[in-house]
Amino acid sequence: MPTGKHAKGKTVSRRRVLSDAAKTACGVALFGLAVGLYARPSRSLPADAVRPPGALPEKDFLGACVRCGLCVRDCPYDILKLAELGEGVATGTPYFTARSGPCEMCTDIPCVPACPTGALDHTLTDITKARMGLAVLIDQESCIAFQGLRCEVCFNVCPVRGKAIKLEYRPNKRSGKHAVFPPVVYSDDCTGCGLCEKACILEEAAIKVMPIRLAKGELGRHYRLGWEQKQKAGDALVTPDPEHKYNLPEGLRYDHSGRGLIADEPAAPRTGSALDTLRKGIREAR
Amino acid sequence: MSAVIEKLGHDAIAAKGRLGAHKWLILRRMSQLAILALFMAGPVGGVWILKGNLSSSLFADTVPMTDPLAFMQLIAAGHLGVASTAVTGAALILAFYLLVGGRVYCAWVCPVNIVTDTAHWLRRRLAIKGSARIAREARYWMLGLVLILALATGTLAYELVNPVSMLHRGLIFGMGFGWAIIAGVFLFDLFIMKHGWCGHLCPMGAFYGLVGAASLVRVRADNRAACDDCMECYEVCPEPQVIPPALKGERRGGGEASAAILSGACTNCARCVDICPHDVFNFGLRFPAAPAGRRQPQLIGTARHGA
Amino acid sequence: MTQSVSRRNFLKTSAVAATASAAGISLPGALPAAAQKTDAIRWDKAPCRFCGTGCSVLLGVNNGKVVATQGDPDAPVNRGLNCIKGYFLAKIMYGKDRLTKPLLRKKDGKYDKSGEFEEVSWDEAFDIMAEKWVAARKAKGPKGVGMFGSGQWTVWEGYAAQKLLKAGFRSNSLEPNARHCMASAVGAFMRAFGIDEPMGCYDDLEHADVFVLWGANMAEMHPILWSRLTNTRLTKKGSEVHVLSTFENRNFELADNGMVFEPQTDLAIANYIANYIIQNKAYNKDFLDGHVNFTKTPTDIGYGLRGTDPREKAATNRGKGKLSKISFEDYAKSVEPYTLEYTAKLTKVPAEKLEKLAKAYADPKKKVSSYWTMGFNQHTRGVWVNGLVYNIHLLMGKIAEPGNSPFSLTGQPSACGTAREVGTFTHRLPADLVVKNPKHRAFAEKIWKLPEGTVPGPKTSEGKTLIHAVAMHRALKDGKMNCFWVMCNNNMQAAANMNGESWPGWRNPDNFITVSDPYPTVSAIAADLILPTAMWTEKEGAYGNAERRTQFWREQVSPPGESKSDVWQIVEFSKRIKVEDVWDAELLDKMPEHKGKTLYEVLYANGQVDKFPYQKGTVKDDRGNEYNNHESEDFGFYLQKGLFEEYRRFQYEGPKKGHEMAEYEAYHKSRGLRWPVIDGKETLWRFREGYDPHVAKGEGVKFYGKPDGRANIITAPYEPAAEPPDKEYDLWLCTGRVLEHWHSGSMTQRVPELHRAVPDAVLFMNAKDAKKRKLRDGSKCKIQTRRGELVTRVETRGRNKPPEGLVFIAWFDANRLVNKLTLDQTDPLSKETDYKKCACKVMKA
Repeated sequence: MPTGKHAKGKTVSRRRVLSDAAKTACGVALFGLAVGLYARPSRSLPADAVRPPGALPEKDFLGACVRCGLCVRDCPYDILKLAELGEGVATGTPYFTARSGPCEMCTDIPCVPACPTGALDHTLTDITKARMGLAVLIDQESCIAFQGLRCEVCFNVCPVRGKAIKLEYRPNKRSGKHAVFPPVVYSDDCTGCGLCEKACILEEAAIKVMPIRLAKGELGRHYRLGWEQKQKAGDALVTPDPEHKYNLPEGLRYDHSGRGLIADEPAAPRTGSALDTLRKGIREAR
Repeated sequence: MSAVIEKLGHDAIAAKGRLGAHKWLILRRMSQLAILALFMAGPVGGVWILKGNLSSSLFADTVPMTDPLAFMQLIAAGHLGVASTAVTGAALILAFYLLVGGRVYCAWVCPVNIVTDTAHWLRRRLAIKGSARIAREARYWMLGLVLILALATGTLAYELVNPVSMLHRGLIFGMGFGWAIIAGVFLFDLFIMKHGWCGHLCPMGAFYGLVGAASLVRVRADNRAACDDCMECYEVCPEPQVIPPALKGERRGGGEASAAILSGACTNCARCVDICPHDVFNFGLRFPAAPAGRRQPQLIGTARHGA
Repeated sequence: MTQSVSRRNFLKTSAVAATASAAGISLPGALPAAAQKTDAIRWDKAPCRFCGTGCSVLLGVNNGKVVATQGDPDAPVNRGLNCIKGYFLAKIMYGKDRLTKPLLRKKDGKYDKSGEFEEVSWDEAFDIMAEKWVAARKAKGPKGVGMFGSGQWTVWEGYAAQKLLKAGFRSNSLEPNARHCMASAVGAFMRAFGIDEPMGCYDDLEHADVFVLWGANMAEMHPILWSRLTNTRLTKKGSEVHVLSTFENRNFELADNGMVFEPQTDLAIANYIANYIIQNKAYNKDFLDGHVNFTKTPTDIGYGLRGTDPREKAATNRGKGKLSKISFEDYAKSVEPYTLEYTAKLTKVPAEKLEKLAKAYADPKKKVSSYWTMGFNQHTRGVWVNGLVYNIHLLMGKIAEPGNSPFSLTGQPSACGTAREVGTFTHRLPADLVVKNPKHRAFAEKIWKLPEGTVPGPKTSEGKTLIHAVAMHRALKDGKMNCFWVMCNNNMQAAANMNGESWPGWRNPDNFITVSDPYPTVSAIAADLILPTAMWTEKEGAYGNAERRTQFWREQVSPPGESKSDVWQIVEFSKRIKVEDVWDAELLDKMPEHKGKTLYEVLYANGQVDKFPYQKGTVKDDRGNEYNNHESEDFGFYLQKGLFEEYRRFQYEGPKKGHEMAEYEAYHKSRGLRWPVIDGKETLWRFREGYDPHVAKGEGVKFYGKPDGRANIITAPYEPAAEPPDKEYDLWLCTGRVLEHWHSGSMTQRVPELHRAVPDAVLFMNAKDAKKRKLRDGSKCKIQTRRGELVTRVETRGRNKPPEGLVFIAWFDANRLVNKLTLDQTDPLSKETDYKKCACKVMKA
């Protein structure tokens, strides 16, 4: 019987095989196209999802993460989560949401060595070098610290204390006698852990961790900030000037480096009194 | 044909008892559930034996295991600096399946198997007829596609929709809308195509099939002389095309074929072993080619009819 | 037809509106005008509930609930600003676990100390309480009963309690938690100036050139004042900030001269500055000649521990503080040992920093304001060290004028207004009068219309009567005090050595402990009877802040459930006590008309307190809004006004001048007035001609609190702390607060956002100390002292950076009772607990 079947189908079979193959190939290709198109938007992480410390740049990460969840398991604070279908984050990949559960910045970074593929870069051993994102004080109008209220919670919870978030000191022109202590984020030190976003006491956080590509601007390559260059070099890039001399009336000096015209107070006559010496000492100390 | 379906398994039960006729099925279910349970024991019960999921895991906090197909996708996606853990893990898994049969993964490990088996069982109970025609080779196209997708997108694009990893990961880590894809597979197998997903489309099955082409542990029809052509094994087999050479003993070109089922597509599920009242099938190695421990068909027949 | 259409439309509209309102939706425009009016927010003013700064806020009330607050833009203190606690004021009254019914420990339907809490009626609660109180008063004398109130009481709550205890129960066992907080400051004010509270005001923050912070983490604890100080530092040329602390705190971020000194050596630093001024002859001789006496205080006075403690036995002048006059030369000699070298070595502060500080004080051209809080007050030599700073200011004459101000900051919203001005301490009576002085007692009895001898003196036939806060817990433990009523504070969490004294005292089977609180605090858990209490703006109130500013507020919302305000509880309880039960016959015979009366009739319905009638609508603002006053409604007269006006007689008719306040209604109209208020005029700087109405023309400066008008410079040496670290307990333990939480956290921990910001008390530790103990940032650690231990996490990179050898922990965390660790040491003079210095060890947990 099998032979009969064979013999009967012999003429048809070649065409049939070819058309079947073509159908299959088309079907598979269509499926592939759909998946490929679906994969494209998944390549960019939603702005409120943050990858674990040491994660490779998003595109590389998606090619390196096997979605095994071992990092999730080794997070002692249980903040990591594998994306589920429909969440906007590539399905199965790990992320956290700063507002509900930020990275606690463990010094031994257990999630990183847990990664079997190196999608979390094993060379990251100092958590302060992690760059999960960048905190941005996104709404200065709602931030109560910018209005002069004494909040500063983000500054106080920042684990890279005094470096990633600094408080500025400004006079409060509205009240006339208070100061304003606005928090300012410094990208050189911000790890993007999100502790600030979680702690923000507003209904909707005014400080948020964003993907660095969204949060960070870039200076034109044709320009440098002079004072930064000088600081980096440790000295003026161009030879320092020789000493300047000026035509000035008695009792006046001129400071080349910025203070300009300086009027010295007339030298107090030496009375020999301890008090005068004392006052003079303070002036000099200033 | 419908008569056969109605009585499917009756002879085996009569010969070996209900338990005996489902021995391997039960063991397989136990294996599938046990593996799942080991993964779940951590998050649910705090007992950390197996961490991670089938894509990559860590056994007893020491032995890494990585799905070789996932590993290949990493490489295809251009992630060449894979950490040693994954390399070791993938090698271990590959070695394991080379030993026990590639598609043992499908029958003994993969959670989707339970879904598609259920679909198949229901399909039979509801006597749903008709099935779409897709070539079994489509899965190899799919396998190629998976790697091409990784290559083209630089990401593990197929993992966005892979029902296998999605179900397993979903059960352990949370499913989201992943249910929809699993339901899709179920309905596809139930209404559209018999053995549709696992037998025709799943690229993981295809991959493990390729691994299994050279694997050591095989189902053999050592007792093929006892076959009375009841066809029940074909009915229960998810890949029935793999049976004839071993059972009938003929190679396509002529000459005696190996008693071992050599096709990589065989999942070592051993449903044929269970269903056969004459114990035609048994587990063995791929060697020797000739049937070993041949028994007298009459004896079995007698025993059966005499009972 | 038009009619029918409009009718149909009307029906439709009504139906929509009804449905919407049933669903809780407000439809713009669909509601009738009247309904819209009730939706509008009513705004009214109140001082903030938290620290002693006294920021003013506006409360927005809608449908009987505080729905919003805002910093009051017209308030001179804060000009619309708040700190993070003030930002959440709207939420503090609405914690999910508000107490709404009295709860009594019961078993088988009867009170039982070992029973479980059951809801009871106010009647049942007060009946059992009255029974216990009368029995205890009879059996154990004046010390048998006691009350522990608060610097968070409103002015009249303190005043009503003062009357109930001292005149009603004839017991001096009345203390405020200000004993843990401001007693040392009070002691020093009285000794140096003979009158309590700062001579300056917050305007000094704008007038000073130099700010010196002595043990006051103003950046976190007085956030708005710090904001003002910072603004001056930013905008005023030549201004400078000196910060002294035993660890680096947030003040150091602004400091021009930050100094971390070895605990307790602030005594030496202050003396060094005085010595520097004298050595350099920088002192103001005219001022000293005209306005200052030189005195010394006894030394080696112990540490306020139990008498059985070897440290007390070794003290030669235990608890003594009587001043004796000395000469300027004697004084100069007494500070001579405090040379720069010696002081730098002792304090571990670099010499040049100390010198820079001394120069700032000594510069006659610089206006210097000194600020301090708990670093000075919670100090076993608190009165001394407060005084040593006055010495410096007096030496230079830098006092009582704009910018030159030694300024003791307060931690509580009415530590000044209630605890200190009303005098709810065991030894005090209203308006700076003291129990010790028979004339003062007689004056109080006269105002209160009570027989002579009602208020017990320090010694009576029934024994000594004065008992301070720490001694109260000891007396409870020893069974000498059997009834204790804690109001408006959380003393179980706050008092030192909880395991050793407080808990055994409260749970002593002989004792009956009542706690009045809005929330189930640690204290409430430890009580036998819990009374649900109306808080803050659920009652009409008045607070007095650190700059002598008295601020009033109206009742904004009704208290939840059966909660009642403290003043209601005190006055209502007095109805349960018969005069015969607590007064002896001899006393009663002096005023037989009181026979058969209750304390309520004798103390409150005395024709004076009940003088002002009340009916609904009496309390009104100038915009026509009417406010409730549940207490007055219940008692049938304007209770708060009556109490305040009677209290005011102490200020005007009493033997001590200088505390005068304006009449009741004036305060409802203004955003606080700084006393003395004479002829409607406030006083900004006291003791200075022109600024202070009590200083006559030509007098220049007059410290009129003292009979001779002269302030005291009081010399006192450095003496070591009670429990310095040793080999085993090798670290100093310092406790305190954080910006986000207030005191024991019973309010701020119930604001989810604040809890999220700072959920746990962590142990601030130097990274080197941590490393030595194999700890790192975030490690679990155990802190152990001779009295207890607790587990928390190590913080090495936080806001406070202790030097090696010292650790700091905040005490707000009810899950980590820090006062299990602390030692119940006090300043022997002020009886104020020192929470800043004891020895501990820290290990891995």
